Amino acid sequence: MSLTHLGSLMRGVRSVDQVGVEERAAALAKRSIKKASKLWALDLAIRCIDLTTLEGADTPGKVTALCAKGVRPQPGDASIPSVAAICVYPSLVATAVAHLRGSGVRVASVATAFPSGQSFTSIKVAETREALAAGADEIDMVIDRGAFLSGDYQRVYDEIGSVKEACGSTPLKVILETGELGTYDNVRRASILAMAAGADFIKTSTGKITPAATLPVSVVMMECIRDFSRETGKQIGFKPAGGIRTSKQAIAYLVVLYETLGPDWMTPERFRLGASSLLNDILMQIQKERSGAYQGADYFSVD
Amino acid sequence: MDVRKTYKLFAAGEFVRSESGRTYQPDGPHNVPRGSRKDLRDMVKAARGAFPGWSRRTAMNRGQVLYRAAEMLDGRRAEFRDLLGGGRPAGGQVDAAVETWVWYAGWTDKLHQFAGTVNPVAGPYFNFTLPEPTGVVGVVAPEEPALLGLVRRLAPALCGGNTVVALASERAPLAALTLGEVLATSDLPPGVVNVLSGKRQELLPWLAAHMDVNAIDAAGCTAAQLAQVQEAAAGNLKRVVQSGPGAEALSPHAALDLMEFKTVWHPIGV
Repeated sequence: MSLTHLGSLMRGVRSVDQVGVEERAAALAKRSIKKASKLWALDLAIRCIDLTTLEGADTPGKVTALCAKGVRPQPGDASIPSVAAICVYPSLVATAVAHLRGSGVRVASVATAFPSGQSFTSIKVAETREALAAGADEIDMVIDRGAFLSGDYQRVYDEIGSVKEACGSTPLKVILETGELGTYDNVRRASILAMAAGADFIKTSTGKITPAATLPVSVVMMECIRDFSRETGKQIGFKPAGGIRTSKQAIAYLVVLYETLGPDWMTPERFRLGASSLLNDILMQIQKERSGAYQGADYFSVD
Repeated sequence: MDVRKTYKLFAAGEFVRSESGRTYQPDGPHNVPRGSRKDLRDMVKAARGAFPGWSRRTAMNRGQVLYRAAEMLDGRRAEFRDLLGGGRPAGGQVDAAVETWVWYAGWTDKLHQFAGTVNPVAGPYFNFTLPEPTGVVGVVAPEEPALLGLVRRLAPALCGGNTVVALASERAPLAALTLGEVLATSDLPPGVVNVLSGKRQELLPWLAAHMDVNAIDAAGCTAAQLAQVQEAAAGNLKRVVQSGPGAEALSPHAALDLMEFKTVWHPIGV
């Protein structure tokens, strides 16, 4: 896209009604999902989880354990589905691939100088290629927030384009890191920019700063996806990540998803939840619905 | 001016209404929160969260906190006396409650010497046994006496380092809820004690079956309720303590009943 087109695209982004968005998110979060509907929602939530470990202290051992948990979250209970993907740093992709072969669980790798994104484009593209070569099925990239906030939309756009080119048909999730963008208007601009540049998913956060994913930000991003789909016919996916720890939160995201984007998006192909401790809470909630007794963390695996 | 007080639950260090919004009037004209199973769930979560910090405090520090509870209760004698119906019996009950706090405050740093042992074993081992707190304890307070009954079960549980979710007396919950105000000003970390009022029959099954509760002090259970509690408690092998005859007496065993014993085999002389 040429400079003038991009400029007019960004200028054409209408501002977000902050009060309206926050009120809508708060109202939807209150919806009560119980019993059979809750079990259905929790099952979908597990199938949409990108089970994530992104720590400096990650080891092949930890990734191996996470893969085992992702494939069979509740040992001895085959009615609990596998998660959508395991999300790791590029250097651990090979380990994850080796342990997930044949399981149907995908391997997602963060790339492009995660989490800051402050590096050279050539290095980001090279990192993406390496991750793909190691066997990653999906790439989670971060945008260069420094460039975005200083108004250099072209650079952000081109960089996403180069990484998408390196990805080829591999799904690319673009992390906006909404906590650093400051305003809903910026979130909307960044969402449109990322989708125009070729993102297959837009993702809220790295999980490394607070605030991470919030419901109002998700409403804004989902509305962008909806508008983009109406204009272009392309269905872009959405991934909230960071700070989603409880079943209640996960269900709130599903409610907002249903109300904003509709049933077409209620599938792991177009919706993911980036989380780590969420999975145990969902297992506890499912067990509570089945047994009728509140559960304790002592009886679930330690992450 | 006549200021009418709203009695509230004591949960995670805060005074809250029941999430259900329900109330009942067991004791005069006051609306008392009729707690729900979700209030109970939230309280257990708070108690679990508070457990590592409270149990790892030094025994001496726990003693100081329990002593401060006695000080705070002492300063509000008149209020509690009125709440308990006034007169000499009520005064006596408050006196006994203050004494209970002081007595168990003294026991926090003596339980280990009293109940811990060095065991003679046939081998090159230094073998010793120590009491450790059980975890989250559900205290079912007796219906009567409304204040002292609860304090007699609460103080020993805290003395050993447990955290507590207490079901207040169903018929006379005001003293228990006001005790929350005493504990809130006693340097007790939030969540260490939670006080829930409401209908026993509604709350007991959830408390007894809760997998994150490690023990239940069934002092206030009827025989039928006790059977019910024991059955549900089997789900995660909760310790169920029934206080038999002599439960009124101050005793270190009241604290030790809610503790587990850990035995360590330490190789020596190799």
